[in-house]
Amino acid sequence: MREFLFLTLLVISGTGGELCVTHAMKQIGEVHDFRPRALVQFILRALRVGWMWLGIAMMALAFFSLLAMLSFENVSFVVPVTALSYAAGAVGAAVFLRERISPQRWFGVAIVCVGVTIVWLSHR
Amino acid sequence: MHTMKEAAGFHFKTYLLIAFIAVFAPLGNVLLGKGMQNVGSAKDWAPREVLQILGRIVTSGYIWLGIASLLTFFVAYMLVLTWADYSYVQPSSSFAYAVTGLLSYFLLGEAISPLRWLGIAVICVGVFVVGHTPPRTTERA
Repeated sequence: MREFLFLTLLVISGTGGELCVTHAMKQIGEVHDFRPRALVQFILRALRVGWMWLGIAMMALAFFSLLAMLSFENVSFVVPVTALSYAAGAVGAAVFLRERISPQRWFGVAIVCVGVTIVWLSHR
Repeated sequence: MHTMKEAAGFHFKTYLLIAFIAVFAPLGNVLLGKGMQNVGSAKDWAPREVLQILGRIVTSGYIWLGIASLLTFFVAYMLVLTWADYSYVQPSSSFAYAVTGLLSYFLLGEAISPLRWLGIAVICVGVFVVGHTPPRTTERA
């Protein structure tokens, strides 16, 4: 039960964090200048966007959820089941970022879900 | 001749960084796993116990090595993306799941059943298929 709770927390906060960071980055715009000074200015600009801080907080929560899971489960179980993030990422990107997900990508996500289910069953 | 040399160097650089990606991400997770095995898990999740565990986490050498390994992966990933296509680089992360299984088996001595290996293999295929789709599906702003 606790592994299910932490996996849910990990996937939701990890994917939510990535979506928030993506939303923030899209607000800032594409990077064309990779000189150190321009990159520092870019980072400072990114840190002024609220979505970026929300994203960082959610990613930190995901990291500690990963550590919590690793404290009572094997790495060979925990890391593969976190691939469920691909499904959460595709759904989140389609719903919140209005990205068009190709049928091939949905097919890949479905295969990942089958794999995660098999790894989950190997735990029983 | 000069151009051929440059191309060979370019490919070497790309393959080297992809190897870094495929090794350092799983290694980071395995080191975090080893660190958390030593730290131990919370019994009743009382605030005081959680604080004690957090203290053990930040003083664990394995955890810091794991974080350093994951940072190495992240830098390699970002660097290679500055010249290589995302759809070319991303499938390499599918191998990371297999490498995680191998490192868990050889470095941590975890018992991995055939069913779990099958699940890991299926996940690798799925992530590979996801990676072979166009990285941009929205119009440029």
